[in-house]
Amino acid sequence: MEYTILILLLPVLSFLVLALAGMKMSHRVAGLIGTLSLCAVTVVSYLTAYAYFAMPRQADGTFAQLMPYNFEWLPFTDALHIDMGILLDPISVMMLVVISTVSFMVHIYSFGYMKGERGFQRYYAFLSLFTFSMLGLVVATNIFQMYVFWELVGVSSYLLIGFYYTKPEAIAASKKAFIVTRFADLGFLIGILIYGYYMGTFTFDPAQEDLMQGALMLPWALGLMFVGGAGKSAMFPLHIWLPDAMEGPTPVSALIHAATMVVAGVYQVARLFPLYIAYAPETLHIVAYVGAFTAFYAASVACVQSDIKRVLAFSTISQIGFMMVALGVCTGMPSHEGGLGYMASMFHLFTHAMFKALLFLGAGCIIHAVHSNEMSAMGGLRKYMPVTHITFLIACLAISGIPPFSGFFSKDEILTACFAFSPVMGWVMTVIAGMTAFYMFRLYYGIFWGTENKALHAAHTPHESPLTMTFPLMVLAAVTCVAGFIPFGHFVTGDGLSYDIHLDSTVALTSCVVAVVAIALATFIYVRDRQPVADALARRFPRLHEAAYRRFYMDEAWLFVTKRIIFRMVSTPLAWFDRHVVDGFMNFLAWATNASAEEVQPMQSGRIQAYTVWFLCGIIVLTLLLML
Amino acid sequence: MNNYMSAVLSLHAELSLIVVLVVVFLADLFRSRPGGRGLRVLVCALMLVQVLLNLSPDTRELFGGMYVNTPFTSVVKSILSAGTLLVFLQSGEWTRRPDTAIREGEFYVITLSTLLGMFFMLSAGHFLIFYVGLEMASIPMACLVAMDKKRRQSAEAGAKFILSSMFSSALLLYGLSLLYGTTGTLYFADLPDVLQSGGLERLALVLFIAGMGFKMSLVPFHLWTADVYQGAPTGVTAYLSVISKGAAAVALAVVVRFVFPALTDDWSVVLALLSVVTITLGNLMAVLQHDMKRFMAFSSISQAGYIVLGVLAGSPAGMASLAFYVAIYVVANVAVFAVISTVEQHGGGRTDREAFNGLYATNPRLTLVMTLALFSLGGIPPFAGFFSKFFIFAAAFEAGWHLVVFLALLNTIISLYYYLLVVKAMYISTPAEGSAFGSPIHSSRGVRLCLALCTLGVCVLGVLSCFYENLFQWADMLPW
Repeated sequence: MEYTILILLLPVLSFLVLALAGMKMSHRVAGLIGTLSLCAVTVVSYLTAYAYFAMPRQADGTFAQLMPYNFEWLPFTDALHIDMGILLDPISVMMLVVISTVSFMVHIYSFGYMKGERGFQRYYAFLSLFTFSMLGLVVATNIFQMYVFWELVGVSSYLLIGFYYTKPEAIAASKKAFIVTRFADLGFLIGILIYGYYMGTFTFDPAQEDLMQGALMLPWALGLMFVGGAGKSAMFPLHIWLPDAMEGPTPVSALIHAATMVVAGVYQVARLFPLYIAYAPETLHIVAYVGAFTAFYAASVACVQSDIKRVLAFSTISQIGFMMVALGVCTGMPSHEGGLGYMASMFHLFTHAMFKALLFLGAGCIIHAVHSNEMSAMGGLRKYMPVTHITFLIACLAISGIPPFSGFFSKDEILTACFAFSPVMGWVMTVIAGMTAFYMFRLYYGIFWGTENKALHAAHTPHESPLTMTFPLMVLAAVTCVAGFIPFGHFVTGDGLSYDIHLDSTVALTSCVVAVVAIALATFIYVRDRQPVADALARRFPRLHEAAYRRFYMDEAWLFVTKRIIFRMVSTPLAWFDRHVVDGFMNFLAWATNASAEEVQPMQSGRIQAYTVWFLCGIIVLTLLLML
Repeated sequence: MNNYMSAVLSLHAELSLIVVLVVVFLADLFRSRPGGRGLRVLVCALMLVQVLLNLSPDTRELFGGMYVNTPFTSVVKSILSAGTLLVFLQSGEWTRRPDTAIREGEFYVITLSTLLGMFFMLSAGHFLIFYVGLEMASIPMACLVAMDKKRRQSAEAGAKFILSSMFSSALLLYGLSLLYGTTGTLYFADLPDVLQSGGLERLALVLFIAGMGFKMSLVPFHLWTADVYQGAPTGVTAYLSVISKGAAAVALAVVVRFVFPALTDDWSVVLALLSVVTITLGNLMAVLQHDMKRFMAFSSISQAGYIVLGVLAGSPAGMASLAFYVAIYVVANVAVFAVISTVEQHGGGRTDREAFNGLYATNPRLTLVMTLALFSLGGIPPFAGFFSKFFIFAAAFEAGWHLVVFLALLNTIISLYYYLLVVKAMYISTPAEGSAFGSPIHSSRGVRLCLALCTLGVCVLGVLSCFYENLFQWADMLPW
């Protein structure tokens, strides 16, 4: 499968072309270059997926792991070297499909959404850069390549969040996103170094004897790597950057902050899954608890937000929590014996990417129509935007877990895996699933039903978006309708063996009932023009409402920790040390440099006689040095 | 006879260079009118062919050991040829000027003849050939320096160069005669067996190192450098600072390791001392300079000190890092000089740092190229200069020169300071009143190509491991 190199080459080429020559191109040409190269990448990815899964399985019933390329880049010892290559196995191939599909849709969509924006070419250049980095991340053949691309993804995310660089909020958000994720990546890097030190390699499958010797350190290494994953995937308490990241253009939120980059942490855990299961099951369960808490926290915050992109952002955090939980509750590799969660997590990653991208792109259409993110500017939009309305509804049904949409199937597998782990976990996650359905329909009714902001809409009548924007919506909606019927267990499972997905009727029924009840509740509260129940609840529990609206003061807590504790206790002494000792040394060096420079200046007199004298002196001194 | 012919043909690097030289010479003679760009295109194309033809490294020993070629020296020759090509590309603006157009052909021919001298110096297996090569590289160089002979500074620089050069050559010859007097041979291959470690041999060694130190401008044999660099036309300065210096460094490394193994302790101490003094003094002097060409002269002095660290390491890894350092130094320094020359040609001949104030506002791309090249010279990752410094420090460190490496590291801080001064001038300082750059500079195609190639080199050479991996392999294949 040598052609897979195209998957990386094409986006990086289009990035270089757009970045170097983009400003001389018209918007249309620049957009077309980006989109066509992504189209080609998508075709190649599909081809790869088809060719890969059409391969006959190996004798043990798994798909072969292919490495069409693997260059040794930086060797340290014979075993420890950093490689750059392409690894194909079921999850990386699945990710290729997800990333290229969503990215391609976003490229098309941006034609309409970003039309006439200043910096259109720059935008497409950054999109190509991001796509390249994300694809490089998933096909990484070793943990260090993954790290390199992981950082590249972070950089392109930073660039795209701060795309509207004249807006102070966008700049603040991009900095916050970069700093928080970089801070978390410190853990990732330390984890990698521990891993490299004890395993003697950066590949994902260390030699058996190294594993035996380093088994004690492996949980630490994996745990630290998970810190990086938690930062990227916005797990509590490192989630604070994601809601702010919504300052970026909405298609970017759809691509990076909903479908692809934020699941990098999930992908990382899945990539190291065999090591977790065999050597660090406790660490894996910590992942589950972190995921569950995050899912609950984000869901409760999402219930009261009024900015539609913020609601979706918290919903994303919550859903990634689901994926983490699914991975974390695994107790073995085979799907029948504790490994179901792996399959469920990857399945949910796949379906979530589609319907969450759909939700964000739909939100983009709405924002495009009413020029505001606030729900108060919306209401009653279903008359004006029929396509957006229907596709948004499909996505809401999918994320709520209503059959036959894709979210139902993947969420059901997650819940089954949770119940198999412990009933408590199962019930908790079921409740959170119910909350998901509630806040999504609160959002849906708030946008498309409820009180219409007549004053605003009269001044500027909302209208349906152009075809470049609605076409991706329709494609993703179609995928959301049918993706649940993909026999996912035939492709991706913990142990690689084929697994027939079968619905556990109790779990399925329970989750359906919970979802329907939640939706009914949301309908009861939010469908009408006036919302007496919601207002009454907000009045009845003002503190709780305020706290949830302020995201339970997590940002303030972080500010307290950083400003009051870290800045005051650590940074101020360090700054003093830096200013007086380090800078003092530097200033001394500078002073000494300048002073001695003045001293040696006369040597350069410009008189050649003096030059030869110095020359001779040099020879005499050196000779004396050697003779004595 | 047949054997003899094939032996001559295997000097292909030198022969092809002579062919280029003769063709350019004839083309210049029969050219109808000066000032066109035909000649420059011709010489660049021929040099490109020359570089490509001689890429394959091979091992040869000819004329009874007078001429020795190893894969390593082949690579170094390729680097030098490519560097010369870059210098030719960027010299277009200068050679096109009405007062210099008539001397364009001479510039190419003389430059190529110095390059030929360096090739012989690098491949010498006998001190006679070595000395002939050295002089072939030195004497025409004085003509190059004095190319703008109507300009007083240029003429003065030429005079200074030829006088200092004569002086150092005389001392070098004295050293060689001492060597011949004590051993009775000048063959590199024979010398190690008969060389004792007596006083006369030590004196010979010091004189030899002083002679090479003059070419590399090591302190205290460096004093000609600043005056000559400032006075010479900028294109020539670029050539002098990279090609001539690089050739001398490699030749020094080859000879001390090949010929003087018996005196290893002695030359190590001498070189360690020279390296530290050179880096420090070069840096100290660079801090005070306001003229960019003078500034680059001192910068190149301190860079020469870093290069000596590679010789000091005395290992194959040291040799490889030395060649790598030279290659990176060539691209970065040529880029800097190309920018200086562009600003000089378009800014009314100004080369002081204030001429660069606020360059970013009008010429962002030129500024970016300059910044990257300076970052590389300063050794900021991920640019190539970081890797070359890293390798050369690592090689010297492994050889046990911990203190020297530490002092060199300390010096990189100072060097960063003055490189960043230029960056600061370009980005932050406001342009002086009546600055020449109200509008963007339109540099010629050759300069742009040269800058693009150099920038590519600065960005890529350090990250692409295959380049230095091969260098390390070829250095391992050295015969000693």
